[in-house]
Amino acid sequence: MHKVKVYITLRESVLDPQGAAVQQSLHSLTYNEVSDVRVGKYIELTIEDTDRDLDQLVKEMCEKLLANTVIEAYRYDVEEVITQ
Amino acid sequence: MKFAVIVFPGSNCDVDMYHAIKDALGEEVEYVWHSTDNLDQYDGILLPGGFSYGDYLRSGAIARFSNVMVEVVKAAQAGKPVLGVCNGFQILLEAGLLPGAMRRNEGLKFICRNVGLKVENNQSMFTSGYELQESITIPVAHGEGNYYCDDETLAVLKRDNRILFTYDGDNPNGSLERIAGITNEQGNVLGMMPHPERAVDSLLGSKDGLKIFQSIVKNWRESHVITA
Repeated sequence: MHKVKVYITLRESVLDPQGAAVQQSLHSLTYNEVSDVRVGKYIELTIEDTDRDLDQLVKEMCEKLLANTVIEAYRYDVEEVITQ
Repeated sequence: MKFAVIVFPGSNCDVDMYHAIKDALGEEVEYVWHSTDNLDQYDGILLPGGFSYGDYLRSGAIARFSNVMVEVVKAAQAGKPVLGVCNGFQILLEAGLLPGAMRRNEGLKFICRNVGLKVENNQSMFTSGYELQESITIPVAHGEGNYYCDDETLAVLKRDNRILFTYDGDNPNGSLERIAGITNEQGNVLGMMPHPERAVDSLLGSKDGLKIFQSIVKNWRESHVITA
C-alpha cells in the first residue's frame, strides 16, 4: 500500500489572489521578510497495491481531476506504507 | 422549442432558469437530473448556476464527470445551443467544451450585484437580438469568475469573435481582457458568468437578459420550423 501526497498550486505565471491577500496580512503583522506567498491544496491518497504503474496512475488522476493544468501545477511524493 | 435545465447536487439557480424559460420566454422547459443519460428530446441545454458538488476541489471539477455531461458533449457536437451560466460556465470550462479556467475573484470577495456588459458580437445564436456594442445590465453573483486563458487561446478567441460579452465599466472580478462570456469554435456553446435568467423582467431590475433566450429561440426556429 502506498500513501501519495499531492501538492497543487497555481502555476507561477498565474496571479494568486489568495496568496497575495495572505502576504498582505503577514506584512501587516510586520513579517516584512515574506516576499511571496502561494496558497495551494494538499491531497492525500491511499492507494492499494496494484499491477499498474503508480506514477502513471497518479499523473492520470492529477491531470484528469485533481489539478486543472490550465492554471495549476502539481507535484507528489510517494510513501511506502507497510500494513500488518 | 424544448429546453432542459440540468440540475446537479448543489445547483441553486435552476429555479430561476426554469422561470425565465417558462414564464418570461414562454417556451417548454423541464428539470433534468444530472444522472440522466439521454438528452435527445431537448432542443436546448441550460447549465444553471450554483455550487455543484459543493464546489469541492474546484468549481465544476466534479460535476464535469456526471453522467449527463457525456450527453451535454453530444448535444454540443450536434450543434444544439448549450448555455452555461456561472457555475454552468465553470462546468463547461472543466469539461473542455470551452477553453480557459476560472480563478478566484481578484478582490477575493464574493460579488453579488448588477454589472454593465458590452455586447462584443451580435452575430451569434445567443446575441443576435442585441445591437453591436450595446450596453446591458445583468447581475453577477460569484466568488470565482476571474477568467483566465493563455495568450494563444486569447488570440484565437479574439480572432474568431468568440468573446460575446465583456464587462463594461469596472472589471468586477479581474477577468482577462474583461471577458464575461465566450463561445466554442462552432458558436453553439456559450459560457457566461453574469446571470441573464435573473434579468428577464423589469420587476427584477433589468430585463436585458431576456434577449439571450429570445435570440436562441429565434435562431432555432429559423433553422427548424418550415413555414408555408
